[in-house]
Amino acid sequence: MEITFPLVANAVIAGLLLGGFYAAVSVGVAISFGMLDVVNIAHPAFIILGAYIAFTLNAWLGIDPIVCAVAVSPLFFLLGAGLYRIYHAAFESRGRGALPGLAFFFGILFITEVVLILIFGVDYRMVKTSYSELSLHAGSIDFAFRLIVPFVVSVIMVVALHLYLKHTFFGRAVLAVAQDPLALRLMGVNPVRVREVAFALSIATAGIAGAFLIVIQPVQPSIGREYIGLVFAVCVLGGLGSVYGTLVGALILGLAETFTATFFGPSWSPAVSFGLLLLALAFKPTGLFGR
Amino acid sequence: MSNTRFAIIALLVGAVLAVACQFIQNDYFFNAAYTVLLYAILSTAWNILGGYTGYVNFGTAAFFAIGVYSSIVLYKAFHLPLGLLIMAGTVIAGVAGIGLGYLTLRLRGHFFAIATLALAVMLFTFVTNWDYAGGARGAYVLVPREVPFGFPRYIRYLFTVMVGLTVLAIIVARMIERSRLGQGLAAIRDDELAAECAGVPTLRLKLIATALSGGMMGLAGTTFPFFISFVEPVGAFDLRYAVNAIAMPVIGGMTTWLGPLLGAVLLGTVQQLVQVTISSAWNLLIVGVLLVGFVTLAPEGIMGWVLAWRARRSKPT
Repeated sequence: MEITFPLVANAVIAGLLLGGFYAAVSVGVAISFGMLDVVNIAHPAFIILGAYIAFTLNAWLGIDPIVCAVAVSPLFFLLGAGLYRIYHAAFESRGRGALPGLAFFFGILFITEVVLILIFGVDYRMVKTSYSELSLHAGSIDFAFRLIVPFVVSVIMVVALHLYLKHTFFGRAVLAVAQDPLALRLMGVNPVRVREVAFALSIATAGIAGAFLIVIQPVQPSIGREYIGLVFAVCVLGGLGSVYGTLVGALILGLAETFTATFFGPSWSPAVSFGLLLLALAFKPTGLFGR
Repeated sequence: MSNTRFAIIALLVGAVLAVACQFIQNDYFFNAAYTVLLYAILSTAWNILGGYTGYVNFGTAAFFAIGVYSSIVLYKAFHLPLGLLIMAGTVIAGVAGIGLGYLTLRLRGHFFAIATLALAVMLFTFVTNWDYAGGARGAYVLVPREVPFGFPRYIRYLFTVMVGLTVLAIIVARMIERSRLGQGLAAIRDDELAAECAGVPTLRLKLIATALSGGMMGLAGTTFPFFISFVEPVGAFDLRYAVNAIAMPVIGGMTTWLGPLLGAVLLGTVQQLVQVTISSAWNLLIVGVLLVGFVTLAPEGIMGWVLAWRARRSKPT
């Protein structure tokens, strides 16, 4: 294939826009896995659930899917809080460690997927928004709105989370619980409560990211698995538990995937995120910015 | 009971079962029984790493598919007999286990778990793009016309082979359980840091366990192309293998060889019944719910109940 400037430029633009979306997908795991040490591999299942809720509300009321997702995000927050309570009662409080918890979340992932299949079937679902077909043109470069809108909202969400964690009392408590839960207890803060709210927050971001997903591409219940590698690759690359690191990792992954799809064909792109993850785990498990 | 005595008894039980089943007229029974035995091997294999060592492997489907595809490719290229295909697939999957383990086992346990998921997706992408092995369209494997050893149908022959492989897997699992290797693995499961400090060569033991476990999963896959006769990547890498391989030991109990076997026979049979009477989506839902239920409420599994009941009975009141 001939490598031309428009081809490369389009790949760069699409990769960066996709990367913004990947940041929204992964930021929840940066919180749950990176800060709380809860290995929530069911995170992508909640993204798909969010996508289907946005799809249903959009088909029913005709509201923009992203607006729907933000509106139902409190429900995801409650779902996350409930899930954490079960996880805490069954695993953390009994000192059973993260490994049986992995099987627990794997089961949750599987149940969510099968329930969605039973309700919606295995067909691909998509939504049409007012901007789905529109795009900006700058010379030979295209900016598709179905990528730009999720990108912008994602970046706003990620930056807001970063500011929240860095500058509010509660946000600092979350960072503190990652470092030293005992010290936090001595300060009169209940670490379990802090972890519960932080985990709930991470699930709420998954619900919103689901709406981005269905704006960007058609969704089917079992595509969630492809995102497991992606979210963990982004988090490991970005250095666990760093929100801005997650953004950078997501942009790198977006670029790597679009370049692979452009130059080797889309059928190879699922291997990119997992390949990068394996490489990162093997050679630099502390992430690009890790000490 | 010594290993030799256990092996002899297990082989005898297997032989009696295999012979007795030949009197069953309905060929569908052999299809169902083959699948249950497949799950028995997969969950026994998973338990070597998951139950004995405490490392969760989500990539059962990847190792299984290595066995499946090594058989397809070697059969297509050289027309090797089934025995050699079984050995080749086992060795290749075992080597893949060592490779993956070497890359990720030095990290904390959940990185290994995530890497096994990664392995499954990467191999899936690779196989989908590999035209010689059928690519995304899938590959046909023609079952040999003459059935060896005078079996009336090929599926009966495959079933008998599978009984033998299951017995083999169980003997190996029990040998590991009672050996120094098994004690080392249990030490890693209980407290890896303490084990390392006490002089247990943790990395080497984990690599051995990963190789044995991965190889055994490959073993389960080697006969699969001849069972299904048409293999495509989505089917070979189906998540149901990964979920069942975890759910069955969790439900049966993870500390002994009997647990995974019990879980596989119970859950495998239930699934065969539900699949025929209701639908396959519902049967996956049942597996998921049972997995979550047992792992949260009864982490010791059915064997845990049995052991607790026996301990209560033997205690003088």
